[in-house]
Amino acid sequence: MSTPDAHRAIESVARRSYGRLVAFLSSRTRDVASAEDALGDALIAALSAWPRDGIPNNPEAWLLTAARRHLIDRSRHERVRDQATLTLEAMAEGSYAVTTADVIPDERLKLLFVCAHPAIDPEIHTPLMLQTVLGLDATQIGRTFLVSPAAMSQRLVRAKTKIRHSGIEWDVPEKDDLAPRLEAVMHAIYAAYGSGWEGAAGTDPEARGLADEGLWLARVLREQVPDEPEVRGLLALILHCEARRSARRSADGEFIPLSEQNSALWDGAMIAEAERELAVAAQAGRLGRFQIEGAIQSVYAERARTGTIDWHAIAVFYTQLVQLSPALGALTGRAAAVAEVEGPEVGLSLLDRMDAIAIDGYQPYWAVRAHLLQKLNRAEAVHAFERAIALSEDEAVRRFLLERRG
Amino acid sequence: MQYAFLIYETPEAFAHRTTGAGDAYIGAWRAYYQACVKAGIYVGGDPLHLPETGTTVRQTDGKRTVQDGPYANTKEQLAGFIIMELPSLDEALEWAGRCPATAAGAVEVRPLAPEAKERIVSEHPE
Repeated sequence: MSTPDAHRAIESVARRSYGRLVAFLSSRTRDVASAEDALGDALIAALSAWPRDGIPNNPEAWLLTAARRHLIDRSRHERVRDQATLTLEAMAEGSYAVTTADVIPDERLKLLFVCAHPAIDPEIHTPLMLQTVLGLDATQIGRTFLVSPAAMSQRLVRAKTKIRHSGIEWDVPEKDDLAPRLEAVMHAIYAAYGSGWEGAAGTDPEARGLADEGLWLARVLREQVPDEPEVRGLLALILHCEARRSARRSADGEFIPLSEQNSALWDGAMIAEAERELAVAAQAGRLGRFQIEGAIQSVYAERARTGTIDWHAIAVFYTQLVQLSPALGALTGRAAAVAEVEGPEVGLSLLDRMDAIAIDGYQPYWAVRAHLLQKLNRAEAVHAFERAIALSEDEAVRRFLLERRG
Repeated sequence: MQYAFLIYETPEAFAHRTTGAGDAYIGAWRAYYQACVKAGIYVGGDPLHLPETGTTVRQTDGKRTVQDGPYANTKEQLAGFIIMELPSLDEALEWAGRCPATAAGAVEVRPLAPEAKERIVSEHPE
């Protein structure tokens, strides 16, 4: 086994299994921070063992065994034998003979609901979920949430301490407690999918893993909570986005905007699944943010059959979305859709009414603005393009905008 | 697990302690206490005297200093504590929500730390 091959294998199993292993390890001890550390140690151990001995038949089980050994060693060093130590020793004595089985119980969804518990600072719900279940580090999360990595990691540590000691129930909550936590869990799943999706069209394998994870979690949530229409809406939204993955870039990696994508490349099965979810959700008669966003994507998907985009329908959905929650994305989307129906001036006037501070660092705002100004042959288009280009994180998007700017 | 319910009350709630029999707030507390005992979760606890009766001791430069109070100028003051035996934080929060003090004041729920106590009481420290 060559070292690069082994390293690739470790990277891939880490990407695939990180959240599952952390969730499983901490489900027994409630100690998320130690589970993360132990898994880190196990990965380091794999870096020297796998090139030497070959990749184990069941890499996940190997990592789990190694991580558990690290956990037990560590808690033996600590003088205090708390509940966690006792539990770990029970595990070591074979009451959880998981390493011999092929299936490691999946505790990720439960861990997500633990992270979203009302006893934990709501501000930290999503970052905590992104870190524990999806393995994002404090720097990546801090960037997304505009907080310094140091401050973010301090708050994450505090939340994990609370989970460890406070005795939060480790389960998907029952009816009454479900609703308030569901919101945070859906938000985190969508954030995970979104942060993966941005990079997923490119070659970033880490981002790809996040998007897969997001889709997977959305499916599990839908199985566990089938009666909540927003859960189906979320799955539909993610499925619609995922269906277009291979159409989002040309063969040579160029960015292709949604309205110009080759719809023959869209994944018909995924689109059909998304439509089924939206249809069932609609029967509940409780509209929400994810159902509306799913419906918007569904209108775009119609183009595969009709050859045209029903901008009027999209504008109506965006208006509903804005009424429900006037987030930057919804406001920008509405302006873009209204511009298609009523003309670029009207779209532009909607953009002008948005909060000047909020839009400062928001790339989609500047991209839409540039597009509308260019349609009107206005000279300020160049400035808007420049803002949009400067705010683009994706190289292909930057190239696309540079080309459009002319 | 054991949880401490730290009871915070407003001055108005404190005032109920000196009212006559038949006080509704005290009646609510009596019912709550009985419910806790009946559920088998009550471990112990007591009300505290008014915040003004508190005295704080510190060692400063090897000298004992004694201070009146403190009583923070907050609306709610620590008024008592109850130790409860409950399986999870979720159930603890449910029981805390039933406590009469939550109507006007607040209840802070904190898990006891038996492992910290173990270090103190163990006879053979390593």
